[in-house]
Amino acid sequence: MKPSSFRYAVPTTLRAAIDIRAASEDSVVLAGGQSLIPTMNFRLANPEVVIDLRKLDELNYIRVGGGMVRMGAMTRQRVVEEDAEALAANPLIRETLTNVAHPAIRNRGTIGGSLAHADPSAELPTLLTTLRGTLTAQGPSGRRSIPATEFFEFIFTTALEPDELLVEAAVPVLEPGEGWAFTEFARRHGDYAVAGVAATLLVGPDGRISRARLGACGIATVPALLTECEELLTGNAPGDELFAAAGQVARDAVTVSDDSATTKAYRRHVLAGLVERTLKTAMTRVGVPR
Amino acid sequence: MSTRQFGARVQRNEDQRLVTGKGRYVDDIPLTGALHGAFVRSSVAHARITGVDVSRALALPGVVKVYTHADLGALDVQMPLLIPHPCITHGRTQYPLARDEVFHVGQAIAFIVAEDRYIAEDAVSLVEVGYEMLPVEVDFEKAAEPGAPLVHHDVPGNIAAHLVQESGDADAAFAAADHITSIKVRVDRSTAAPMECLATAARWDEVTGELTVWDGTQAPIGLRGALASLFELDEHRVRVIAPDVGGGFGPKIHFPYANEVLVPLASMELRRPVKWIEDRSENFVHMTHERGQIHEIELAATSDGTVLGLRNRFLHDTGAFIPYGIAVAQVAACQIAGPYRIPNVRVEFSCVYTPTVPVTPYRGCGRPQANFAIERAMDQLAEELGIDRFELRRRNFIQPEEFPYTRPNLIFADGLAVTHDSGEYEKALTALTDALDLAAFAKEQREAWAQGRYLGLGVSFYVEGTGLGPYEGGHVRIHPITGKIFVNTGLTTQGQGHETVFAQIVADQLGARVEDIIVVEGDTGVYDWGVATFASRAAVVSGSAIHKAAVLARKQVINAAANMLEADPDDIELADGRAFVVGSGTAGVTLAEVATASNPLRYAFNKAAQSATQFAPAARSDGPSLGEGAHPGIEATDYYSPPHATWAYGVHGAIVEVDPATYGIKIHRYVCVHDCGNMINPMIVEGQIAGGVAQGMGGAFYEKLDYDEDGTLRNASFMDFLIPYATEIPHVEMIHQETPSPLNPLGIKGVGEAGTIPVAQVIVSAIEDALKPLDLPPFRMTPLSPSLIHSHIAESGNRG
Ligand SMILES: Cc1cc2nc3c(=O)[nH]c(=O)nc-3n(C[C@H](O)[C@H](O)[C@H](O)COP(=O)(O)OP(=O)(O)OC[C@H]3O[C@@H](n4cnc5c(N)ncnc54)[C@H](O)[C@@H]3O)c2cc1C
Repeated sequence: MKPSSFRYAVPTTLRAAIDIRAASEDSVVLAGGQSLIPTMNFRLANPEVVIDLRKLDELNYIRVGGGMVRMGAMTRQRVVEEDAEALAANPLIRETLTNVAHPAIRNRGTIGGSLAHADPSAELPTLLTTLRGTLTAQGPSGRRSIPATEFFEFIFTTALEPDELLVEAAVPVLEPGEGWAFTEFARRHGDYAVAGVAATLLVGPDGRISRARLGACGIATVPALLTECEELLTGNAPGDELFAAAGQVARDAVTVSDDSATTKAYRRHVLAGLVERTLKTAMTRVGVPR
Repeated sequence: MSTRQFGARVQRNEDQRLVTGKGRYVDDIPLTGALHGAFVRSSVAHARITGVDVSRALALPGVVKVYTHADLGALDVQMPLLIPHPCITHGRTQYPLARDEVFHVGQAIAFIVAEDRYIAEDAVSLVEVGYEMLPVEVDFEKAAEPGAPLVHHDVPGNIAAHLVQESGDADAAFAAADHITSIKVRVDRSTAAPMECLATAARWDEVTGELTVWDGTQAPIGLRGALASLFELDEHRVRVIAPDVGGGFGPKIHFPYANEVLVPLASMELRRPVKWIEDRSENFVHMTHERGQIHEIELAATSDGTVLGLRNRFLHDTGAFIPYGIAVAQVAACQIAGPYRIPNVRVEFSCVYTPTVPVTPYRGCGRPQANFAIERAMDQLAEELGIDRFELRRRNFIQPEEFPYTRPNLIFADGLAVTHDSGEYEKALTALTDALDLAAFAKEQREAWAQGRYLGLGVSFYVEGTGLGPYEGGHVRIHPITGKIFVNTGLTTQGQGHETVFAQIVADQLGARVEDIIVVEGDTGVYDWGVATFASRAAVVSGSAIHKAAVLARKQVINAAANMLEADPDDIELADGRAFVVGSGTAGVTLAEVATASNPLRYAFNKAAQSATQFAPAARSDGPSLGEGAHPGIEATDYYSPPHATWAYGVHGAIVEVDPATYGIKIHRYVCVHDCGNMINPMIVEGQIAGGVAQGMGGAFYEKLDYDEDGTLRNASFMDFLIPYATEIPHVEMIHQETPSPLNPLGIKGVGEAGTIPVAQVIVSAIEDALKPLDLPPFRMTPLSPSLIHSHIAESGNRG
């Protein structure tokens, strides 16, 4: 469990990082290392060059404004989780992050690392997808924005070009009175979930749901949007029966097949229950001043 | 008078070192100029080796040597079958490095020695092994069927051993029964996953011709013997040291593992220290496994629930080899009747070869499997007879006046018939049911069910034969200079607290402070008679031996002090590190003074030596300064050999809630009532129980080594093989019951494995109880994952 030998670079500017990346045949970028280092120790990845981004202060920030919460790619997950401004603007971020691994791992793990890693079981990609967030990439030819719904392409595969770095992730703030919740089920505390569900609920003056956003992790090759649930909910009066029906509708979104520890039928069962539960929790927060 | 240390909650002597990071494990031994090893391991389960090309690896700068079996000379021999038994008709063991055939993924094929571990691992990937694949059957039930692919071509049916034992007349009991119940249960394969993986370092000393080996082993004396034999060295020239060892749990007693041969060999041949530290990936496919058993068990009962007979047939998966003999299966067979009288028992097992990592004991050693089988069967019998499951157990317990209770012809691992020495089983069960308040729970459960919540109560009663022989020794000496007491025994610690409990035992005899007693084990250069740490035997066997040695040392101290103080030995009292005349009000002499005075040659190094001279001589001898038969100083050695195993027991119960949305389990309460005889240190006992229960939780919920049908271990990492985190372990409420064992001077029984044994049944029966409204068939397997619970419900035609 020792990595094969590699060259190590610690650039201090984003520009320099991009240049090194462009100049190397076979490089990886190192963020918090919580996923990358094990893959190197298992020798599943044997890069020639490791570009450590830890000194890129320009990618370490949280900015709330213009209806968005913007997070620099190198911002540690734990820092975002504990940020009061981000909490006030969008409390779903913290609730989602507390489900990512353990505090020790979130102390090192970064926002960008989790998103670029693109594990379909991970919580943060699901948050970005559910809230229709935006990711910003930068490469030798400049910066571009990618909608979260297009960023995640497959397991561990994103829309980033090989010479691009992820520099920012942004999600919209929640509307006043909008309800929210993230729930998941994992076999052990802090594990990647069997399934997890993120939801927001906005209820109009007529007492009907005017906007529902739902997404799930652990059930497909990408973070999944539960659009059929969203459609079922929108325009209807919230209630336990409606939420239970949404759970049933969600079942078909599970596309991963049986693995040796978890059957597809079980995952469907869990997803249905979690959707119902998440919506109920979100509903308790609808209209509650933050 | 000092207070008695035996039975006190004394803080652990070793904790200052271990919890502040000052423990010294094999990897911490500084060896200047050490080379580092790495193994090339089989990537396939069963194949003929068509060639091993090491040339590219050898060419890599920094690689010093690559060993294959062809380089081993006289060491290219089959490793010993450590515990032979006549029923092992086809014993097969491994070679240090595979010869022309591999038998499991992970089997060692070549050993690379390089300047550092990085280079060694680089070289591993450069060794090319040619394989000609052979068919495999990994499922041990199918492997035992006719026509299954053979693991060893000359072992028909893959059966290594087969044993039938009968106590009483089982068939007659079944013929006389009103009711017969039968159930087939499965316990999956698991690994002990100690925090520290295996580790070996060796240094060959050219000048003295001595080989020193530091090894993370539970059996240094055994390993020393194996190495002396393999390398043809006189015993005194091989020193094996088990330094601090980060958990053992059984598999670190399988001498010799390939590393235990190759590392010393390389250090001798290359004339440099060599180190090999196993990593977690290797540990999963190299260190021995356990647990895989399938039991068919039948109970024959009268309509009032008296169990007359038991028939049990089981398969035991022994992996590719059987180096440890039938130990696991035999231990399972001997606890199959549990705490119940059941006078007629027939138990039959087969040990089946599969192309997987070999199986040797892991904490519990067959008992968790046997407990799961008998207790699942008792639950089912209660259900079928309409008798409350607690009441059914009560009606069958061996009663206090029936001890010693022997099961004739059921032969335990010590070669003797199972004989339960003492116990109060019914009292323990009552303590549990009182603690859980069954009536209150029944009400709570009805209310929960009415609300669509699934609340259940589980129970399991275990017995555990502990403290197996043949013997251990104890050595006690008072250091003349420092006055501290130096204590040794032949088995070794992996963190259990020996440095404290053995010190407590000695403290009571010598009137010394526990922290002034130094316990050193695990170094054949210090003490080298003894067996090893297994079978919850350290406290029972070494504890008793040390006690006996301390009693002898006490006599020496008293006689010497009586001489020095010119008093009658009967009037000498030992306390607070001193010997004095009872009721005299005088200070008497310190233990250091006694020890110094007992040595005819003494230089006045310190105060103790100077003051010792002020007293009368310690020995009354008119002739030479050491009289005939006398020895200098205060020093004693004695041995303890148990007449047979001591039987600890206990009963655990839990209240759990099953979440119908996820089948996640929440444990509301977990209560353990146990009896390990007299407790030397209740705090350490509680630590052992808590750790055991945690490991049992692993067995109940998670621990399943998942081989695919080609024999590749799919979950060979902590990402995929789950062990419980602290967050998964409930608070364990403990109730101690102390029934002394009549077999040893301290009245103690073992406790190291106890916590682990009943947990799977506790959890599974609690889940079953919670889901009663769904009217399901019984659960027959462990571990039980939420997905399995879901499948069980779905298969029964229920919702899901
Ligand atoms: C025990 C354990 C449990 C865990 N449980 C969970 C869990 O429950 N849920 C969960 O979501 N995660 C979990 N993780 C993973 C953890 O969240 C990681 O922090 C995260 O996946 C990666 O973040 P990182 O900053 O450590 O990235 P790294 O490991 O450094 O990098 C991950 C990948 O992203 C690439 N990368 C990183 N930054 C950039 C960038 N700016 N631009 C382009 N590519 C980049 C790297 O090259 C690498 O391929 C767990 C990890 C551990 C060790």
